[in-house]
Amino acid sequence: MSIIQIDQLAKSYRVYQKKEGLREALRGLWHREYKEVDAVKKISLRVEPGEFVAFLGPNGAGKTTTLKLLSGVIYPTSGTATVMGYVPWERSLDYRRRFALVMGQKNQLWWDLPAQESFRLHQQIYKIEAAQFQKTLDELTSLLTVRELLGRPVRELSLGERMKMELIAALLHRPEVLFLDEPTIGLDVIAQHNIQQFLKFYQAERGITILLTSHYMKDIAALCQRVVVIAQGQIQYDGSLSGIVDSFSGDKIITLQLAVGQTDAGLERFGQLEKVAMPRVSFRCPRSEVSKSLAEILSNYQIDDIAVEDPPLEETIAKLFTHVSGDNVDSNAGSDAVASKP
Amino acid sequence: MSDSRSQNLSDGFKTRWMILRIALSERLAYRGDFVLGTLMRFLPIITQIFLWWAIFQSINPEDPNAGRLSGYSFQDMVAYYLLTMVGRAFSSMPGLSSSIATKIRDGEIKKFLVQPVDLITFLFWSRVAHKIAYYTISTLPFALVFFLCRSYFTLGWPDPWTMAAFVASLFLSFTLGFYLEACIGLVGFWMLEVSSLLFVYMLFQFFLSGHMFPLDILPEPFLSIVSFLPIKYLAYFPAAVFLGKVHGTQLAIDMGMLLAWTIFFFVMSQVIYRRGLKHYSGYGG
Repeated sequence: MSIIQIDQLAKSYRVYQKKEGLREALRGLWHREYKEVDAVKKISLRVEPGEFVAFLGPNGAGKTTTLKLLSGVIYPTSGTATVMGYVPWERSLDYRRRFALVMGQKNQLWWDLPAQESFRLHQQIYKIEAAQFQKTLDELTSLLTVRELLGRPVRELSLGERMKMELIAALLHRPEVLFLDEPTIGLDVIAQHNIQQFLKFYQAERGITILLTSHYMKDIAALCQRVVVIAQGQIQYDGSLSGIVDSFSGDKIITLQLAVGQTDAGLERFGQLEKVAMPRVSFRCPRSEVSKSLAEILSNYQIDDIAVEDPPLEETIAKLFTHVSGDNVDSNAGSDAVASKP
Repeated sequence: MSDSRSQNLSDGFKTRWMILRIALSERLAYRGDFVLGTLMRFLPIITQIFLWWAIFQSINPEDPNAGRLSGYSFQDMVAYYLLTMVGRAFSSMPGLSSSIATKIRDGEIKKFLVQPVDLITFLFWSRVAHKIAYYTISTLPFALVFFLCRSYFTLGWPDPWTMAAFVASLFLSFTLGFYLEACIGLVGFWMLEVSSLLFVYMLFQFFLSGHMFPLDILPEPFLSIVSFLPIKYLAYFPAAVFLGKVHGTQLAIDMGMLLAWTIFFFVMSQVIYRRGLKHYSGYGG
């Protein structure tokens, strides 16, 4: 059975429409206009135990709303979801003791106290046995190399160290499901890498189920076998990361290292030139024509080296996002155009 | 089954004890600021004594000590004021409402929805810790002030029963004050900013709790109105008990009312919290 089951889940917010100007502000005291904003539009999803799934999408796409729904912080407008058989928004204590939510932008530890103190409170509220608590704490602190920082007030820790402590706090009760909302936001490259390495190791070791949202493609590439692209409140893609490139990018990038004395003259007919730094030339070639082009190049040019690669992932994803929102804009513009015709 | 129930009970106590301990050590993280802040609260005593002296001087310029204001002599007035300070040391909740509203606005409240810990229980025991830290520091200065002002207490120490009622009224006024201000803070689920609401409440509390003057000098019908309100229990009532102004049946009735108001605001806080969460979870987050 799937550990997370989401069926036709939808959430719309009522947002107060504040208008410009004092007059409108005064009018707003009596009469308020609200607008329904659909943050999540009837999504359905299954996640199996032990999966590491990434939610990918532009800002405001509905990623965080979905995580909030699954952690029971908000009620859905319609639809159902269960996590380990629990309905999240019933917020049963049993459920709360079996999952954890970490938000990269929110601090859950006691600011003025050493992290150790927050951990002790967690031990108590999550009813963690003393021996198990000590064992888990030892493991986590040595994996994340923060043991000597346990006694230092949280406010004196760097952002990266604090994030590690947040993760420890979230994992002390050995949750079976972990929701991570932008866990590496604002961290430097090294700290990001450390957190990734830790999550990767921990997830493989424990086989827990993790749902992660992140803007950093590196996080996702390093960690997740499965990527769910959400945009405009809907699931646009669900599959492997490399699959995104296959489905949404029709091009390959061919890079040639020309032999001494060769020029790049005529290469532009195989595709759009991307970068020329003699003797290296890169160009973009439609996927279907790669083999034909290569054959022709090899017979006409002297080549030292060849590489055929996918275009950068970021580029494909950016294209996917703009493609989705572009559709919407187009349809609106279309109807406007019709309406304004004389 | 009774085993698991006692297990739950002891777990509950342990959790509260842990919250208390941690909140206490958090308080001590800023001990310098805290000590200074606590001691500064004794300064108004001097201005209050001068103020009442000036008032009694205008009543009886020849001999201010002989003047009477609704039955209060100058000594009684100072003794009353000192006792309301003790009462307020229990019932005042600086920063409680605004911190609840801030938690709601900044989303920190999510922590209490995701983790298996109740917000109000958590706040209550943190507040107990704040108070314990406060008394630890202020007991000595309080004792000193009472010693220096011992001549104002013309009636001497009250009898043990009155003393017991006084102590009970202090603890109940703490609980009442906590749940009352928690209710105000929880309104933050609907209004993002509760500071103006809190300001209105503080204004009423300042005059009608007996903090500024003994409520029984008020003329009718104000006296009757005020005596039906819960806020008189926050300052006036404990002082009045100590001074022997409330006794016998009236004392029993008032203690009962204090208990009833405390339960009322406890229940209210639970109801507002539940409904607030519904509202928050339904619309916001």
